[in-house]
Amino acid sequence: MHDLSVAELAHALRSREFTSTELTRHCLQRVRSLDPQYNSFITVDEAGALAAAARADARLAAGEQGALLGIPLAHKDIFCTMGLRTSCGSKMLDNFVPPYDATVTRLLRDAGTVLLGKTNMDEFAMGSSSETSFYGSTRNPWDTTRVPGGSSGGSAAAVAARLVPLATGTDTGGSIRQPAAFCGITGLKPTYGRVSRLGMVAYASSLDQGGPMARSAEDCALLLNAIAGLDPLDSTSSAHPVEDYTAQLSQPLTGLRIGLPREYFGDGLDTATGDRIHAALALLEQQGATLVDITLPHTELSIPTYYIIAPAEASTNLSRYDGVRYGYRCEAPRDLHDLYTRSRQEGFGDEVKRRILVGTFALSAGYYDAYYRKAQQVRRLIRQDFLDAFANVDIIAGPTTPGPAFGLGAKTSDPLAMYLEDAYTLAVNLAGLPAMSVPAGQADGLPVGLQLIGPHFDEARLLNVAHQLQQVSDWHRQSPGGTSA
Amino acid sequence: MVVNRMTVHQDDIEKLAELARLRIAPEAVAEVTDRIATILGLVDQLQSVDTAAVEPMANPLDAVQRLRSDAVTEDNRREAFQAIAPAVENGLYLVPKVID
Repeated sequence: MHDLSVAELAHALRSREFTSTELTRHCLQRVRSLDPQYNSFITVDEAGALAAAARADARLAAGEQGALLGIPLAHKDIFCTMGLRTSCGSKMLDNFVPPYDATVTRLLRDAGTVLLGKTNMDEFAMGSSSETSFYGSTRNPWDTTRVPGGSSGGSAAAVAARLVPLATGTDTGGSIRQPAAFCGITGLKPTYGRVSRLGMVAYASSLDQGGPMARSAEDCALLLNAIAGLDPLDSTSSAHPVEDYTAQLSQPLTGLRIGLPREYFGDGLDTATGDRIHAALALLEQQGATLVDITLPHTELSIPTYYIIAPAEASTNLSRYDGVRYGYRCEAPRDLHDLYTRSRQEGFGDEVKRRILVGTFALSAGYYDAYYRKAQQVRRLIRQDFLDAFANVDIIAGPTTPGPAFGLGAKTSDPLAMYLEDAYTLAVNLAGLPAMSVPAGQADGLPVGLQLIGPHFDEARLLNVAHQLQQVSDWHRQSPGGTSA
Repeated sequence: MVVNRMTVHQDDIEKLAELARLRIAPEAVAEVTDRIATILGLVDQLQSVDTAAVEPMANPLDAVQRLRSDAVTEDNRREAFQAIAPAVENGLYLVPKVID
């Protein structure tokens, strides 16, 4: 059951091969027996899941046909779920039970999905390894001595281990794509504004975007169909028309022009990873695509630009955690200042505090023009690189990450080494573009991800290319050992 | 990538921490200062880019804030929101005494 695609599961549910309740029990059993070795879930909601499955079964029995009706899924623990603890991986929100649903949560609940629980993540989505979580590190199902990537590492690990067929993630600088690459699954970061941010705990509001994580492009398309669109409650969500993201999946790739940025194939790229990427690109070429060398000259500046803009926005967003209205409050505060300072000191972890301090610096009087304004200017240059490239190519492709999953603890003592992990993913968020990571085989037994980047709002094209690749390869069907139960 | 270590002093970090309402333990100040200096050294690469004619970009789609009509649309859910607060009384959030 757990090896079926979402489309296959939906078909089986509709044709009464099994019920959503049976499918949900099966997934919950897998979580119970397998997840202790991965720690991919922060919260498992067995009672809620079984109640949702019973509702889905009633709707199925009444003849309803929804593409996701009765399908189990997991939410990254950054999406507010009414009545179910939403921790964002932080002690600060360990006791936070939201009084409302995120728009993404609500849409997927209405679509009849069955929420199994909330997945582990770097604290406040700040990290590339899922090691900064208050709830302990998530481990990579392909090798439990390694990280699953981050920040959506719990969602990636849960999908890779076949605990759940679908999960949500969020991507501020690579947090869907990098863990998807490390865990050998398919993940899509939509165009900025394509998916509502309402109820998605804010990290860096001009970069944050939620999206699907699944085993195939087709499954990602089905999930994106349910969550894309304008939300009156998110003033940055886009009114751009929503497509049926499954409609173009079968389109041939003949004539497709794929740009390969020379900056993404330079010295920093691990050789074995590069070989896998070239093998995947050769398959696309065989299907009629043309590979074109391109340049994105400001690529190197995406790391410094991101590490001004994201912390600046984070320092503003995280000022709301003050120990007064919700979340962690320190014991016995002496006065109001002590209440604020000690609640934040005790409630936030080290990486979060580091980013708040950097952001506070970048926004402080005397430094604003030299840092924040400067970064916003360079951000425009980075976006222009992509717009220039898309004048000549349909999509851009390259590696998602410089190398495969690294060992637990290998980079925790050096923030800069961790930041370099995102060298190929950050620019996409700065430019607001849609991008995917698609499995491209393994290097030394660890998954490698092919990154596909598209023009604004061209998610359908990315999903088409990924789906076509998945018709002529079986990389997305490979699963880690130790997950059969 | 060349990373310079920007000059930043411990008292700068203590001032930033105060602005951000964070407290850094005295024994950790030196290490935090060192790490922040390294990160600021990394971002100093931006200073070499000529951006004189470039408009800052706050939104990747250059979108402007959408306004809704000025109508009441939300219910008052004070009780639900205050149910998750650390301390409330008679509909008010409680904090330590501010004025003696």
